[in-house]
Amino acid sequence: MKKAFWLAGAAILALAQPASAGDTVKIGFVSTFSGPTAVIGNDMRNSFELALDHLGRKMAGKPVEVIYEDDGQKPDVGKQKTEKLIQSDKVDFIVGYIWSNVLLASLKTAVDSKTFLISANAGPSQLAGELCSPYVFSTSWQNDQTPQAVGTYMNQKGVKSVFLIGPNYAAGKDMLAGVKSTFKGQVVGEEYTVWPSQLDFSAELTKAKNSKAESIFVFYPGAAGVQFLNQYAQAGLKGQIPLYTAFTIDELSLPLQKENALGVPGAQQWVNDLPFPENKKFVEDYRKKYTGLRPTFYGAQSYDAANLINSAVVAVKGDTSKKDEMKAEMEKANFKSVRGPFKYGNNHIPIQNFYLQDVVKDADGQLSLKTVATIVKDDQDRFADKCPMKK
Amino acid sequence: MLVLVEQSLNGLQFGLLLFLLAAGLTLVFGIMDFVNLAHGSLYMMGAYFAATFVAWTNSFVLGILMALGATLLLGIALEFVALRHLYGRDHLDQVLATFGLILFFNDAVRLIWGPAGLSLPLPAWLTVPVQIVPGVFYPAYRLSIIAVALAVAALLYVVVMKTRIGMLIRAGASNREMIGALGINIKLLFTLVFGLGAALAGLAGLMQAPILTVQIGMGENILILAFVIIVIGGIGSIRGAFMAAIFVGLIDTLGRAFLPDLLRTVLSSAAASTAAPALSSMLIYLLMAIVLVVRPEGLFPAAKR
Repeated sequence: MKKAFWLAGAAILALAQPASAGDTVKIGFVSTFSGPTAVIGNDMRNSFELALDHLGRKMAGKPVEVIYEDDGQKPDVGKQKTEKLIQSDKVDFIVGYIWSNVLLASLKTAVDSKTFLISANAGPSQLAGELCSPYVFSTSWQNDQTPQAVGTYMNQKGVKSVFLIGPNYAAGKDMLAGVKSTFKGQVVGEEYTVWPSQLDFSAELTKAKNSKAESIFVFYPGAAGVQFLNQYAQAGLKGQIPLYTAFTIDELSLPLQKENALGVPGAQQWVNDLPFPENKKFVEDYRKKYTGLRPTFYGAQSYDAANLINSAVVAVKGDTSKKDEMKAEMEKANFKSVRGPFKYGNNHIPIQNFYLQDVVKDADGQLSLKTVATIVKDDQDRFADKCPMKK
Repeated sequence: MLVLVEQSLNGLQFGLLLFLLAAGLTLVFGIMDFVNLAHGSLYMMGAYFAATFVAWTNSFVLGILMALGATLLLGIALEFVALRHLYGRDHLDQVLATFGLILFFNDAVRLIWGPAGLSLPLPAWLTVPVQIVPGVFYPAYRLSIIAVALAVAALLYVVVMKTRIGMLIRAGASNREMIGALGINIKLLFTLVFGLGAALAGLAGLMQAPILTVQIGMGENILILAFVIIVIGGIGSIRGAFMAAIFVGLIDTLGRAFLPDLLRTVLSSAAASTAAPALSSMLIYLLMAIVLVVRPEGLFPAAKR
């Protein structure tokens, strides 16, 4: 009796599998949906869902099915979830990845199975260089690009020396290396902190203060950015040693950072007030659909990822087995990015502008991010030469 | 030299904060023989209560006092409803049940306050740096943490060593059956001890909140350190927890502060900056391992049962 039950179950599953494949576009989405950084994953999911709404939840006439998986900010879990999505769910595309170390752990599975992977945030240097793959695209940036823009801006401001602080993991190292590659002044100190467990930066702040550096650069995404700014202000360094940031102040951390973030500059490839019609639609509809929330650059990148996938599926008229054609279409970046100008380099990393953003009080008296200037135009990452793929 | 003073203060402040958390844990573990993994959740609740009450009352001090009371009540309620049924059980059962409580509290907080976390802004008089010795400025708030924690340590010492309640607590730690047999209401005593432990955890959480963010799961990382401290100091020993917490705070902070420069003298700069944070976070566990080998009962063990 029991055996018959299992057999029946297996039979139903076996029947169900091929029926669903082919009729839908299956997308796996790996991000962080639990723990303190779940807010980032939620923002990415919200934006991806909004993009699907805007697409009528169909690509080339086929309904879209998205399976969200939580990586818990852990590389081993991310790899496991990626394997599950590719091997048992047999997704056509896999999207997401906030963390560089999670992406690096998951990359091989996707590439080996020739499943398209779209990184909607993480941009480790390896991905742009020696590990680049025809099956991997990014709708974000290579980690070094944003801090490189910060370094360029600091040169423009005439900053003579800097103290660097960042977390000790793949992206932290890329970020600090990025600033160093463009900053022309002196780097007087460089500190790495344990990631993600270290939350008290008193030792590092004391060192920065005593180094007599003219400025501090930090990279602390998520809640760590809130903590860093709190402690920086409490140590009385605000107004004493100016702070420059990458990925430390965004719409998720700003409500917690409050006044501490006022006047702290950062660089970003997308800011909510960029004057493109696609961007206005994205920001307005996001705020309408998710009352009380504001989209972040993480969301903007996820929104772009959905549109990039759509462009590929439309080009092959829904036949997702035509991988070469989809790859060729995606390389054209034939979609309207919310950040404006967007094209792909040989390594499938965007060539794009980086803007200077500042924190200001907006019309409703709320703190928000504002574009101040364009720091660099059509910036390509500095690892593209190391990628064996050529255009 | 001045750097050393400032970094030592950083370490002392971190250590004393850990002491607040570890004191409650060691009381409960040592006296009630109860493993409470949910201690970190009480730390989190203290922070959430404080953020909420400070926003309600618009007064930092009042909000914090209310939060302290709320955590105390929560601790007592928790003991009354759930934990007292677990005293006679195996440690493994207690670990499982209190681990379940961690999940419960995390999701309860997600339901009530949402996933995004809160902030606890400091009043202006606490955000200014204070000159402690000429040329050394130190954040006023961190100084106030040191002061409050030292006061609590002194108070705990007086209560445990000089009062009748303290005598009962110490007696309970050495021989539970005997003081029960002498007609002491051990159940009430345990409820009190647990409530006190909860209030201490809440105090640690709310003191830490303005420095960190108030967020789900904030108690879990720091709980590991608290366990390390009570193992180093000797389970059940407040004095041990105090000394061990200061050791751990100093080792952690000074390790982070000076190890990178030390390593740079032997390694390349890049290798040193990568290895140093990893190594300095290992130092504490190394200390624990050595203590476990040399003095398995801890550095300052409580009186023998």
